[in-house]
Amino acid sequence: MSSLVSAIVIIGTLGSLLVFFLILHLNRHIARPGETTGHVYDGIEEYDNPLPSWWYWAFLLSIIFSVGYLLWYPGLGNFAGLAGWTKVGELEQTMAEAEARYSPIFAQYRETAVEELVTDADALKIGRRLYATNCSVCHGATGQGSYGFPNLTDEEWLWGGSGEQIKTSILQGRMAMMTPWLGVLGEQEVHDVASHVMSMAGRDMDEAEVARGQQTFMTYCVACHGQDGKGNVFLGAPDLTNEIWLYGNSRLHIEHTIKQGRSGVMPAFGKQLGDDKVHILAAYVKSLSRSNPEQSE
Amino acid sequence: MKPAFALRYTAPVSGIIGCVMSEQTGYNYRVVKQFALMTVVWGIVGMLVGVLLAAQLTWPVFNTELPWFHFGRLRPLHTNAVIFAFGGSALFATSLFVVQRTCQVRLISDGLAAFVFWGWQLVIVSAAVTLPLGLTTSKEYAELEWPIDILITLVWVAYAILFFGTLAKRKTQHIYVANWFFSAFIVAVAILHIFNSLALPVTLTKSYSVYAGAIDAMVQWWYGHNAVGFFLTAGFLGMMYYFVPKQADRPVYSYRLSVVHFWALIAVYVWAGPHHLHYSALPDWAQSLGMVMSLVLLAPSWGGMINGIMTLSGAWDKLRTDPILKFLIVSLSFYGMSTFEGPMMSIKSVNSLSHFTDWTVGHVHSGALGWVAMISIGSMYHLIPIMYGKKAGDMYSEKLIDIHFWLSTIGTVLYIASMWVNGLMQGLMWRAVNSDGTLTYSFVESVEASFPGYVVRFVGGTIFFVGMLVMAYNVWMTARSNPEETAEPTVVGAAGA
Repeated sequence: MSSLVSAIVIIGTLGSLLVFFLILHLNRHIARPGETTGHVYDGIEEYDNPLPSWWYWAFLLSIIFSVGYLLWYPGLGNFAGLAGWTKVGELEQTMAEAEARYSPIFAQYRETAVEELVTDADALKIGRRLYATNCSVCHGATGQGSYGFPNLTDEEWLWGGSGEQIKTSILQGRMAMMTPWLGVLGEQEVHDVASHVMSMAGRDMDEAEVARGQQTFMTYCVACHGQDGKGNVFLGAPDLTNEIWLYGNSRLHIEHTIKQGRSGVMPAFGKQLGDDKVHILAAYVKSLSRSNPEQSE
Repeated sequence: MKPAFALRYTAPVSGIIGCVMSEQTGYNYRVVKQFALMTVVWGIVGMLVGVLLAAQLTWPVFNTELPWFHFGRLRPLHTNAVIFAFGGSALFATSLFVVQRTCQVRLISDGLAAFVFWGWQLVIVSAAVTLPLGLTTSKEYAELEWPIDILITLVWVAYAILFFGTLAKRKTQHIYVANWFFSAFIVAVAILHIFNSLALPVTLTKSYSVYAGAIDAMVQWWYGHNAVGFFLTAGFLGMMYYFVPKQADRPVYSYRLSVVHFWALIAVYVWAGPHHLHYSALPDWAQSLGMVMSLVLLAPSWGGMINGIMTLSGAWDKLRTDPILKFLIVSLSFYGMSTFEGPMMSIKSVNSLSHFTDWTVGHVHSGALGWVAMISIGSMYHLIPIMYGKKAGDMYSEKLIDIHFWLSTIGTVLYIASMWVNGLMQGLMWRAVNSDGTLTYSFVESVEASFPGYVVRFVGGTIFFVGMLVMAYNVWMTARSNPEETAEPTVVGAAGA
C-alpha cells in the first residue's frame, strides 16, 4: 500500500486506541455513588455509580495488549512488526517442516514397482489414508465409484490398469471425450446403434435393429471403441462388451450418452501430492481391484 | 400480578383496540402493536424454517426433490426471517414505543409510521418469495436482490425520519440511553446496507456487486459483523435499557458506565469485521487489526451486561417470581457469554480451530436465541398487554410465560452445547494427522461423527420453537380478554383478595 494509506491506517488505528483509552479513563472518577442523575424518563431513573474497577482494568489491559500485538505482528500499515511474521511465511515454514519430516516416509517406496507395492501392507496403509483424503469424494470410501465416477474395485480400466498407467492417470489427470452424435445420426440410427451396443454387452435385442446398428457402429464408433467394441485405453474409450456402464445401463441412459456425448474429467493430482505419494496411491488403487480383504486396514 | 388486575379494572373501559387507547394516551400505539404482533408471527415462521433446516442437516431425506425447499435456498430464508423479520419487527416495535414514552411525545407522523410497517412487511414477503426461487446476491445476510434493497433503503429512511423527528420534538431535556443505542443502530444499519449492497443491476432479478476479490470479502464482513454489532447488539441493548429497569422497577445501575460502553461499543465494532477472514487473501495487517479490535470489544460489550444485570441489585428476589424478568436477565447472561466467546474465537490460533466448524453456528445461536430472541420475548411480554389497555406485563397467563422461559432456556442450552461439542470435534478431527503426515480422518468421517450433535441441535431448536407457539397462544388469549370481559365477579374477587 502507498505510504499515504499506510499513514492513514497507522494514525487511524493508534488514534482510535487513544480515543478508547480517553473515553474510558476520563470517565473513571466522575460519579456520585448511590445517587441518581436526577433525570427521569418514563419513570426510569439512573444511578450515578462509578465504572466497576475490574471492568476498567479489563478494558485498559485489552488496549495495552493491542498496542503490544500491533508492535509485534503486522497491523500498523506498512510496518511489518518486530517479529517479522507473515501468514504466507508461516505456511511456507510449516510446509517445509512437514516436507522434511514426512517426505522420507513416502520416498522409501519410490524404487519399488507399483505391482510389488500392492502386497506391501505398510505402503497400502499410507495409500489408504491418501485415498480417503483425496479420492473418496468422487470414487467412494471403498472405491466402488458412482454415476460418472469409475468403480476402482473391478478389473475394468478405462485408461489402463498397469501401475504406470494408473500413476499417469493420477499424476496428470484424464479428460475423456464421447462426441455427441444426435446431429449426425438422427433418432432412428441412435436407437439402432444403442440396440447394437446392448447386444454386444450380451443382451437379447431385435435382430434387424442390431444389424442396422452394427453398420452405423462400423462407420462412426469403430475409430474409438474398436471393431469388436473392446474400447481403447489410449483414448479412455470404454469396453462395450460387458455390463459395466459408467453413465447408466438403461436404454434411456445409453441413448442419452450417444446423443449428447459425455466428457468425464479426472483432475491432475501431481502438483499437490508429488510423485512419491502418487506412486503409493497408485499401488493402493491397484490393490482395490485385487479384492483381497486382508489388505484393507 | 394481583395489583395488575385491580389497575386494569379501574382503567377506562375502552375496548380491545389499542389505537383507541392510544388516542387517550397521546401516543401512536397502533404501529407498535402491529410490529409487536408480527414479532410473534415472524418468530414462529423463521424458527420453523430453522427447525426444518436442522432436520435437513440431520436426515438428508428432508431435502425433497422440490428445489424451493432445498437447504441452500431455505438457509438464507431462515437467517433473513429471524434477523430482519422477527428481530427487525421487535426492534421497530420497541424503538417506536420507547422513543415516544421516554420523550413524552407522539410520533411525528402516523402516515410515515404506517409506511414503515407496511413497507417492512413487503420487504419480508418479497424475501420469502425470492429466496426460495433462488434469486440471491449470494452475500450472506444481504442476499436480497437490488429492487428489494432499494425498498429497504426507502423504509429505513422513513424510519429514521420518524425516529429522529420524534426525538427532536421531545419534551424531556435529555435523551435517554436507550435512544442513543436505537439511534446508533438506525444510522449504522443505513450506512452498512447502502455500501454493502452497491451493485450493478443486469436484469430485474440479477445484479453484480461493485466490489471484487478481497475487497468484496472485506466489505461483506464489514457489513456482516456490523449487522451483528448494530442490528443484533446496539438495537437490542436499546431494548434492554428500557425494559430491564422498567420491569425490575429499579434505576439503571450506572449512567457513567452506559456513557463509556456506548461510545466504546459503537467505535470499536466497526473495526472487527476482518476476524471473519483470518488466514484468507485479506492482507495480514487487516487481519491483525480485526483481531485486536475484537479483543478490545469484550469490555464495551460486557458494559451493557453489567449495567443490565446490576440494575437488579437490591431486587434479586424478583427473579424468583417474575418470569418476564427471568427472560430479560437470562438473555443478558447469554449476551455476556457470547460476547466473551466472540473475542476468543477472533484470536487467530483459536479461529484456525473453530473456523468452518459448527462452533461458529453455536456461537451465532448463543447470541441469536439466548440474547436476541429472549430479550425480545421478554420485552414483548412487557409491552403487548399495554397495547391491549392492560398493565405492563399483564399477560393472560403468567404460568405460560414461565413455561416459555424454560423451553427457551433449555432449547438454547441444548443447541449451543451440541454445537460446541460438534465444533471442537470437527476442528480436532480435521487437523489430526498420522505419523506419516496424512490426515487421520476423511471429511465424511467428521460428518458422520457429527450426527448425534445434529440430533440434539434439532431437539433443542424444536423445544425453542414450541416455546414460541406457547407465546402465540398467550398473546392470542391476552388480546381476546379485554377489560370488559375480565370485569366479572370472579376476577374482581381475585383482584380484591
